[in-house]
Amino acid sequence: MAMTIHVDIVSAEAEIFSGQANMVFAPAEMGEVGIAPRHTALLTRLKPGEVRVQMEGQEEQFFYVSGGILEVQPHVVTVLADTALRAKDLDEAAALRVKERAEKAMRDKTSDFDYARAQAELAEAVAQLSTIKKIRERAGR
Amino acid sequence: MAGAKEIRTQIKSISNTQKITKAMEMVAASKMRRAQDRMQSSRPYADKMRTVVSHMRKAHPEYRHPYLIERDAKRVGIIIISTDRGLCGGLNINLFKSAIASMKEWHEQQLEIDIAVIGAKAMGFFKRLGGNVVSQNSHLGDTPRIEELIGSVKVMLDAYDEGKIDRLYLANNVFVNTMTQQPTVDQLLPVPDGGDDGEELAYHWDYIYEPEAREVMDALMMRYIESLVYQGVVENIACEMAARMVAMKAASDNAGNLIDELQLVYNKARQAAITQELSEIVSGAAAV
Repeated sequence: MAMTIHVDIVSAEAEIFSGQANMVFAPAEMGEVGIAPRHTALLTRLKPGEVRVQMEGQEEQFFYVSGGILEVQPHVVTVLADTALRAKDLDEAAALRVKERAEKAMRDKTSDFDYARAQAELAEAVAQLSTIKKIRERAGR
Repeated sequence: MAGAKEIRTQIKSISNTQKITKAMEMVAASKMRRAQDRMQSSRPYADKMRTVVSHMRKAHPEYRHPYLIERDAKRVGIIIISTDRGLCGGLNINLFKSAIASMKEWHEQQLEIDIAVIGAKAMGFFKRLGGNVVSQNSHLGDTPRIEELIGSVKVMLDAYDEGKIDRLYLANNVFVNTMTQQPTVDQLLPVPDGGDDGEELAYHWDYIYEPEAREVMDALMMRYIESLVYQGVVENIACEMAARMVAMKAASDNAGNLIDELQLVYNKARQAAITQELSEIVSGAAAV
């Protein structure tokens, strides 16, 4: 019986592949790596590219990853695939965006309006409730 | 016939409300099922992530990542995940309550607090409360994507890297079942010791890191925290839908009861009016 290695390919939003394989090829940052069973423990980042899984019956499966992390343990290979495009300045821009939004919201007076409106609505609801209560009391009599 | 017309309009308006709440209940029910699926499908990633990080803890790397090292806290950060919309019962308020309880505790320990909010409800609440909100993110919709969360997480991670905050927490609702949602506040950073599963490896081993231990670990830890936050957001959506479904069901039932009662009142008023009219006619005829 040929030796096999367990392969899990997952992304944050879904499980992509899980099964036994003879060999796995992945686009590591320092060049493509081929992982056979009993490979030593390895942790590396992935480049965008193709993960190739050689199944037991010589049949191959391909998965596209846009980056991520590859972890190798002697009998388990885990590919943590990214779903998002990652780049330092893209991340930076996203961080700035949420910061700005917070500052803007803190400055904005609009939500004070909302508060006032909520109060008005609450007052109306209370009035309605008391009406209903009165009707009930009248009915009880 | 006093009040009959008013009661009739009242019944009409309540049954209109009931129609709306019923529709909302059904919408929430179908959305909940999809949200639960999404929650399930994001689990493998979080599980694998957790396994890899726990492997990494057991390894003996030459480089200890700052996210794993406990340090004296002077300032803490908290990411609070709420819903964007209301009408979901006490879901948000319960979460805010437990968040505030934790924040009070920190306050007593003389810790300052930075807040990152995800969701419109939390923004409104913590702004009114006067918290120090450093980032805001909302309107992620029913299918949030991880790239929409990167910014919120990065703000906090950067603050941690720069030593502005010394601990990071995550507050969100955990989906137990349709009827129960548990508000929780969990520590994200430094990564808490996840309880050793006993298989302490005797020999000294470490990963081969490509290219550098530091870079790989940075990338891994960032994704780890992001995946936890993403999981929190997805779970919170499932909670929102479940809570809304339950709240709307209660509202529809209440509306039904109100209508029944009002109908009774209306019938009585109608009867009374008819009786009165009859007796007036009879007494009028008798007088002639």
